Amino acid sequence: MADSGSEAIAVIGNTDLTPSESENNLKNTMVEKGTSLLKKMEISVAEAEKRTGKNAVNMQETYTVYLIETRPVDAASEGTNPALDSLWRRYSEFELLRNYLLVTYPFAVVPPLPEKRAEFVWHKLSADNMDPDFVERRRVGLENFLLRVASHPVLSSDKIFYLFLTEENGWKETMFETGFQAKADSRLKALNATFRVKNPDKRFAEMKHYGDELQSVISQLLRVRARAADRLYGVYKVHGNYGRVFSEWSAIEKEMGDGLQSAGHHMDAYAASVDDILEEEEHYADQLKEYLFYADALRTVCRKHELTQYELEMAVQDLTSKKQQREELATGTIRTFSLKGMTSKLFGQETPEQREAKLKMLETQIEEGEEQVKERNAECDEFVKSAWVDIERFKEQKDHDLRESLISYAIMQISMCKKGIQVWNNAKECFNKM
Amino acid sequence: AAALGTTDEPTSAMSAGAPRSLASSGQKSIQDICHPLSAEESALNPGSAADTGLILPNGTPVDTSSLASSSSLLNRLQLDDDLDGETRDLFVTVEDPKKHVSTMETYITYRVCTKTTRTEFDLPEYSVRRRYQDFDWLRNKLEESQPTHLIPPLPEKFVMKGVVDRFSEEFVETRRKALDKFLKRVADHPVLSFNEHFNAFLSAKDLNKRQGLALLTKMGESVKYVTGGYKLRARPAEFAAMGDYLDLFTQKMGTIDRIAQRIIKEQSEFLMELREYGPVYSSWSSFEEDLHDPLEGVSGCMSNCSSALEELTEDMSEDFLPVLREYVLYIESMKNVLKKRDQVQAEYETKLEAVVFREDKKPPVPSDVEKCQDRVECFNADLKADWDRWENNKRQDFRQLLTGMADKNIQHYEKCLAAWESLVPLLQDKQEAEGETS
Repeated sequence: MADSGSEAIAVIGNTDLTPSESENNLKNTMVEKGTSLLKKMEISVAEAEKRTGKNAVNMQETYTVYLIETRPVDAASEGTNPALDSLWRRYSEFELLRNYLLVTYPFAVVPPLPEKRAEFVWHKLSADNMDPDFVERRRVGLENFLLRVASHPVLSSDKIFYLFLTEENGWKETMFETGFQAKADSRLKALNATFRVKNPDKRFAEMKHYGDELQSVISQLLRVRARAADRLYGVYKVHGNYGRVFSEWSAIEKEMGDGLQSAGHHMDAYAASVDDILEEEEHYADQLKEYLFYADALRTVCRKHELTQYELEMAVQDLTSKKQQREELATGTIRTFSLKGMTSKLFGQETPEQREAKLKMLETQIEEGEEQVKERNAECDEFVKSAWVDIERFKEQKDHDLRESLISYAIMQISMCKKGIQVWNNAKECFNKM
Repeated sequence: AAALGTTDEPTSAMSAGAPRSLASSGQKSIQDICHPLSAEESALNPGSAADTGLILPNGTPVDTSSLASSSSLLNRLQLDDDLDGETRDLFVTVEDPKKHVSTMETYITYRVCTKTTRTEFDLPEYSVRRRYQDFDWLRNKLEESQPTHLIPPLPEKFVMKGVVDRFSEEFVETRRKALDKFLKRVADHPVLSFNEHFNAFLSAKDLNKRQGLALLTKMGESVKYVTGGYKLRARPAEFAAMGDYLDLFTQKMGTIDRIAQRIIKEQSEFLMELREYGPVYSSWSSFEEDLHDPLEGVSGCMSNCSSALEELTEDMSEDFLPVLREYVLYIESMKNVLKKRDQVQAEYETKLEAVVFREDKKPPVPSDVEKCQDRVECFNADLKADWDRWENNKRQDFRQLLTGMADKNIQHYEKCLAAWESLVPLLQDKQEAEGETS
């Protein structure tokens, strides 16, 4: 048993997407059939399995892997069923992919992954990552992630993403070869630092503020929902006690007995119905969670813009100071305070040769500085342009998706009310026969 | 408006077909027809609340119009439908609650209307005002003077102050219905309805005086079951069965009461969370553009669902739980009657035994023992008849109670359904509009 190889223990999850589920996915991800990737292939995360193996520190661990299935979409072979390609990936690999995308496309609002750990749980929901319900919901979330990336106008054409979907081995190596790790480290450090931008772009500042507010309000909503789910569960389940007592009571009655007994059955049915209700509500919660994490992705883009802007401002500042130094050196007037200036005052003037050398150095530096400012300016412009395009795209997607979510939530409530009316009508009929 | 019955001869109005003749009173809707039993009150025009000067705390004037009368008419027709074929000669209703404020206390009185052809009554019609205290007095008197019978229950005497508003419209109406049911059951009882205290209750202008008089006539009461301390040998099977049944039944009532309370508690806690939902959606809508209206809509729906749930829990607290508790109290008094019966039988058996032991003298069975035997037989007969009556009433009561519970839940869901259904087209419309512009 305890070997270094992978061993499948149990198969969790379904092998096929139900029609409503795939429809749901399409609706949720607003699949743009226009992206080149989706024209070529169908993507799905079909299954989940438990594995045990040795991890990086040579310790036994149990983890879950997910089966990514892809199938070429070929208009010509509409009639035939082309072969499925598939490979297994675990959650940490998805995380790697996402990090890569974040670093490589800093202007993009990168779709989020489903949550790492179960949060906003109510008592019946397990917080255990190995829990089959959690795994199943994660499977759906991972599929959603892939479909979102595949429908993104820029991200969908990324080579590493393609390899993630199609090449089980060697994908990681190719990804690391791009050298994104180096960029990642420096960017991460910068993102965590605080810095002041002199001329913040108002649009991005507003977007960041929106991201903050969205994150806050959705968190609140999810917390209330979890507590409400707990309570609703209690309400329905206690009605099951009516079932039991009506049954006991009917045993001591003559004419009333039958009516009571059958009414009791309906009370039992009512109590049992809450499980389905809350499971459906969990889907809604997952949809909200996606946008909770999307809010974070949005804020990240705004932060990165701030960083780009800051770097530009730093470069400009540096160039300006160098130019000033040159001027002072040329005219002999000291306007700015510099250590060199101070030491030369203390220890005597420099020789003309020294001055000449300094001037030459400054000239080079100024040239370089001007190049850098030009570069960073271009970078900033480029970033602002691409980021704003993606933010607009994101806004439309968000409005569409959340409206869909609200509609399906309302429909869910309607269905719940109708079921409730039916059950109580049934019970009422039985009571009338008492 | 001339009231039906004031000009008619009592006998014709009081035939077995009386309910039917009321229904065929011409083209008028039932609301417009003056109820025969509301004849005596002077305030027959709407807006009469101003005359009486009394409004129930929630601001609505006390309804003295025919609406209340027609509802009590329906009440009368619904109750005891198994007595349809019988010839009724005594009709009683409880209606028109009014609040009285005096320096000493505040209390509610109800109008008790009686129509009868019985010679035991001096007049064919009565209309008197009674308060809960008076009903309580009546029930105690009936228990005392008719110990072999099961006396119908009254709604609970005490209500927790601060928990229930004694003067709220709902509470008063619930009480009125229960008092009405009580009097009707007494009126339909072949023995209890002829009780002199019942007569006094229905007819005396000033009950307090009558209560005093009643005390004096206490001495003349024929049946006095002062028993005690006799040991019962064998309880007849059917009465043992009654006792066992009542014990089990009480248990079940207790369980149902606990379950109902627990549900109310869980629903109240759910309501607390539901109340937070609305405002969160509202604050979300405040920083959204396209999503503003949908989110506001959802917030509104949550509010509507909250109100609906609040009504449900209130109704269950006010209508459902009290009836259960009344039954438990009622059963206590029934068990006492059963105990009394046991005592009477025990007394008879003991006295009989004493006589039997003196066999040598061979005297005729003393009249004392004969009287005891009579008592036992009468008691058993009364109790059996009342038991059947009780079973019937119990069935009705619980059918009504449980279908009422189902109805309340149905109404709650219907309200929520309406709210959500009205929201969906709003959300979808916007969608279509978006599709057109994009």
